[in-house]
Amino acid sequence: MKRLSGFYLLAIAVAALPFIFPDNYFVTVVGVSAGLHAILAVSLNLLMGYAGQISLGHAAFFGMGAYTSAILTTRYGWNPWPTILVGAAFTGVVAYLVARPILKLKGHYLAMATLGLGIIVHIVIVQMGWLTGGPDGLGSIPSLSIFGWEVDSDERWYIVIGTLLMLVVWLALNIIDSRSGRALRGLHGSEVAAEMMGIDTAATKTGVFVLAALIASVAGSIFAHQQAFVSPDSFSFFFSIELVTMVVLGGMASTYGAVLGAIILTFLPELLVVFEDYEVMIFGGILMGMMIFLPQGLFIGLQELLRKLTRPKKTPATPVAEKKESSHGAA
Amino acid sequence: MPSDALLQVEALTAHYGPIQALNGISLEVKPGELVAMVGANGAGKTTLLHTLSNVHKSSGGKVIFDGQEITRTAPHKIVQAGICHIPEGRQVFAPLSVEDNLLLGGFTQRKNKAWVEEELAKIYTLFPILKEKRRQAAGTLSGGQQQMLAMGRALLGRPKLLLLDEPSMGLAPLLVAEIFRVVRELNEKGVTILLVEQNAKAALGIADRGYVLETGRVVLSADADELLADEAVQKAYLGH
Repeated sequence: MKRLSGFYLLAIAVAALPFIFPDNYFVTVVGVSAGLHAILAVSLNLLMGYAGQISLGHAAFFGMGAYTSAILTTRYGWNPWPTILVGAAFTGVVAYLVARPILKLKGHYLAMATLGLGIIVHIVIVQMGWLTGGPDGLGSIPSLSIFGWEVDSDERWYIVIGTLLMLVVWLALNIIDSRSGRALRGLHGSEVAAEMMGIDTAATKTGVFVLAALIASVAGSIFAHQQAFVSPDSFSFFFSIELVTMVVLGGMASTYGAVLGAIILTFLPELLVVFEDYEVMIFGGILMGMMIFLPQGLFIGLQELLRKLTRPKKTPATPVAEKKESSHGAA
Repeated sequence: MPSDALLQVEALTAHYGPIQALNGISLEVKPGELVAMVGANGAGKTTLLHTLSNVHKSSGGKVIFDGQEITRTAPHKIVQAGICHIPEGRQVFAPLSVEDNLLLGGFTQRKNKAWVEEELAKIYTLFPILKEKRRQAAGTLSGGQQQMLAMGRALLGRPKLLLLDEPSMGLAPLLVAEIFRVVRELNEKGVTILLVEQNAKAALGIADRGYVLETGRVVLSADADELLADEAVQKAYLGH
């Protein structure tokens, strides 16, 4: 129960916002893209934050899902729902095929390989104009309909994406706390030590890579139906970097941190619009400041700050207690 | 080959690039034994254990465990077969809690949940400090506590054979004695152990048999008492 208390808090916040601020542009419009970004950041965090595998190509999987849905509905007249599944299946297979060779690489080399993957997918989307519409993109993608309930307004999209976000957060929290999650966190520290525990590190890394890709693909399909239009720009290298920034800013290896990072990076540019020409500079300055003063990420940093502020008097007692414990351990 | 050995190693070789680290090692460990492998820095002790676990690929020779050849078996399958490795320098998962570290040790025992619970309780009795600190990150433990954690973690893998690499490394003499007492105790409870050590005196002191390793070759093998009494060994490793 205690483990999921954060989950319930987040669920209540997501559900309450549209009631507290009805018809608010920041909730239903910016909120919807923040929600999608949060889904992507949570999935990327499984791979990056927990398993320690850097990916600079996450936007590629997002794009594969979006374009599969866009192409099948506009060019072949499919119903939107099966296209989400087909997109996920296609993305999953691609992710599985590239995972083994790519995940043999480590550190900078892995980053380079995933970067390459992202760029290749982007080029393919731009070049295969007969199918993807090329740089102009694809328009008039139909909206979703849930048993006759048309998802046709910002409020309704907010409900759909908010629900999906909570589902993904719940999934991530459970995975992290499971046996496989421990294996992921273990291989993050030392792959050799993980192997010595009997963990098939190659299979575990492939598994989390494919899972992250699947989530991104579903988010991509939803994105396509929500926007009704897709173009290659949404899935460029820069978007991959933005996702990485969300994860790092929010706090690696924290699901809530990834959500927080996504929300902040989505809202900040909207709020900074008032500064016009200086927008980008101020944005960069805020990011630098955050990383300097809260290097473990915003979520963990704020948590610690809160702890310090709420219980200032207990601090001197702790070192004494610890000393006692360690001397006991050495005896 | 008919043999009553639990672990049989025949002419095992290993390389790091062009450099040969193991020069045809043969040894055996019988069920229930505590065998010590002693040697100086760079003799190939850690490489030998890594090669047995196959986290370092061998370049020749054979490893037979429990009647099965495991020379080219994937590392995680070797653990499933019953060889648990306590690596040099402990290698605990620092950001994970003590309890998560232990549970990771039981990774291969997913079907024996009841056994894992029971064994976890036993380990907490054997090392009470681990129970006390079970919610703390493993990286915050002292060296000795981390060694205990690494041992407990390996025991949760239900080992038929425990490979123990340099448990005395970086520990105070008092703690070394404590660790070796526990190793002896585990062996008396029936765990077969291959112990690799620079601290020849301590290792041979608790072992049944010993091997002396020099530049990737076994140069001596005898009962531990004989090795302790051997003049050449005393000169080279015991500082007499």
